This record gives sequence, structure tokens and C-alpha cells, in this order.
Amino acid sequence: MDFLLTMVVPLTIGMVAVYGLSQKIDVYGALIHGAGEGLQILVRILPALVGLVTAVHMLRASGAIEMAAQCLSPLLERLGLPAELLPLMLVRPISGSAALGVGSEIIGTYGPDSYLGRVAAVMLGSTETTFYTIAVYFGAVGISKTRYAVPAALAADLTGFLMAAWAVRFFFGS
Amino acid sequence: MVMAFLWTGMILISILCGASTGREGEVALAAVEGAQAAVQLCISLAGMMCLWTGVMEIMRQSGLAEKLSRLLKPVLSVLFPQVAQDRTIMDSISANVSANLLGLGNAATPLGIEAVKGMAKRSPHIASDAMCMLVVCNTASLQLIPTTVAAVRAAEGAGNPFDILPAVWLASVCSVIVGITMCKVFSHIWRS
Repeated sequence: MDFLLTMVVPLTIGMVAVYGLSQKIDVYGALIHGAGEGLQILVRILPALVGLVTAVHMLRASGAIEMAAQCLSPLLERLGLPAELLPLMLVRPISGSAALGVGSEIIGTYGPDSYLGRVAAVMLGSTETTFYTIAVYFGAVGISKTRYAVPAALAADLTGFLMAAWAVRFFFGS
Repeated sequence: MVMAFLWTGMILISILCGASTGREGEVALAAVEGAQAAVQLCISLAGMMCLWTGVMEIMRQSGLAEKLSRLLKPVLSVLFPQVAQDRTIMDSISANVSANLLGLGNAATPLGIEAVKGMAKRSPHIASDAMCMLVVCNTASLQLIPTTVAAVRAAEGAGNPFDILPAVWLASVCSVIVGITMCKVFSHIWRS
């Protein structure tokens, strides 16, 4: 298992390349083309990152995050959620690039291999930008009566957050 | 617009909080450093992000997504009983889910929209159970290899950026199960 987790990138690349060749695809051309698109994605998210990482840096420097964490920690701790990750949980359903900015700031501050850094990463990896997705899909067909889509999706998000904290404790200890 | 209020709120809180705790200097410094940190983050992400979008392009061109989509269709018919007889809608749904699994977010969205458009022909004014199910499946992040967050971890110097995979899978699976269960329960009681 450890071997697979260490080698997941090389193995995936290798298998995809061999499969692509077997399907007579110009694997290298496709790689280069796709990598160019990746650069465009980065250019698209950079402005949002500048805005949000700045705001989160200021919040942290002002002591506001510590204060909020102290106030809310009794409540969040009862759920098993670290209060330091509150900003991430608040922006996650609203904006993908905001969540990436806030999440990477947390991962950088506490370290990627710390408990908080890992939980932030798992939260980012196991939830989606709920409100954006709902807006895009229902907006495309002009439906505003979304019935239970929002509560059901938010329940899934909350489960993702709770399980992220729990799963990191389970696999790595806290 | 939500982000506009959130962002302005964050800035104002930092100023007020910084002024009241006597940390004006730190806040002012953070405003400058934060913007720089964002650009540094983007640069340190660039290599791995580009590599992965490249690998994903190979997956797309070689038809891996279609193959996965064929495998998923029987399972998905159970989740979408209302539209299971409609070939075109089911094709879009399974293509959407398989694109999500492989991390092809840009390909997944238009496929999902196609499926919703097909569903809207049956229920043009109000969300149908199938639409809610599709949206929940799309908001629950089914990605097998969360590459962006692994890139962030790598950029910050993680020992093994992918060691969180089992935890991510566990959290994802649980959130999808809860989302699906909520849909199935609500579909009986939430009629309008």
C-alpha cells in the first residue's frame, strides 16, 4: 500500500501513456497540449489567489483568526473539527479558488505533514464548490425552484468536513 | 456577489482587529506579503498542475473516460431510476461522473449540463429528483486523485504529497453516501 501511494504519480503517468499509445494516440503531443491548458487555468486562478491570500494573511496577522478559533472551539471541538479550519469550511462551498487560497495558507502555516495541514488538504480534496455547481447546473436550464438540492449538497459537504478530521486522525493520529 | 461581501468583510475585520490589538504593523506587512505569497504559490503549483492537465489530456484523447463511463452505467441507473430508460440522458450522466472521477473537471461540466437539459424536458419549471441527484453527485467531489491539493502539499514540502489519498477517498465516499441518502429521503417528503 505504501509503495502504491508513493508511486501513484509515476504509475498513473506510465499506465496512461502506455494505454494512450495502444489506442494510437500521439501521447506526447497530447501531454504538451494539455500542459498548456494547465497554464491557462493557473493564469485564471492567480487573480483570485492574490485577493484571497492577501485577505487571509491580514486576518491572521490581526489575530482575528485566533480569536474566532478561541470563541468557537468549544462548539467545533464537540464535533471533532479543529477551529483553525473554520475559514476554510466557510469559503469552501462558495468559491473554489478562495478555498484553494485559504487552504494553502493553512497548509503553509501549520506544515503539510501536520494534523491541521493534512485535514485542510483532505477537506479540499473531498468536497466541491457546492453553490457554484448548483448555480451552473440549474442556471443552464433556468430553474430557480431547486427543492432539496442545496440542503442535500450541504449535508454532503458537512459530512466531508467531519470525515476529513476523523479520517486524518484514523490514518495518521493527531 | 457573496465573495465581494466576504472579501470586504475579511479586510475590515483585519483592520479593526489589528488596530484594537495593537498589531497595525503586522497587518500592514501582511497586506504586502500576502499578494506576493499568492504569486509564489501559483508558481510553485505550476509544474505539477501542468503535468497533470497534460496527463489528463492523454486520458481524454485515448477514450479512457468513455470506457469508465460504460462500466458505470449499470450502477448509475439505480441512482437515476426516473431517467434510466432514456439512453441520451444516461450517456451524459455516466460520462459526467467518469470525467469527475478522473479529475477532468472542465470536461465534466458541459456533460452534466447536457444531462440536466435532457431532464428539464420532463420537468421544465422545478427541480426533479434526477436533477437534485446529479447536482449532489457533482458537488460531492468524486475525484480519484485530487491533484491540485497534492500540488499544494508538494509546494509546501510534504514528505509524500499523496499520503492523504486513503483519507480523501474515505471522506469522499462518506459524503457521497450521505448526499445520496439525503436525496432519496427528501425526494419523498420535499415535493414543491
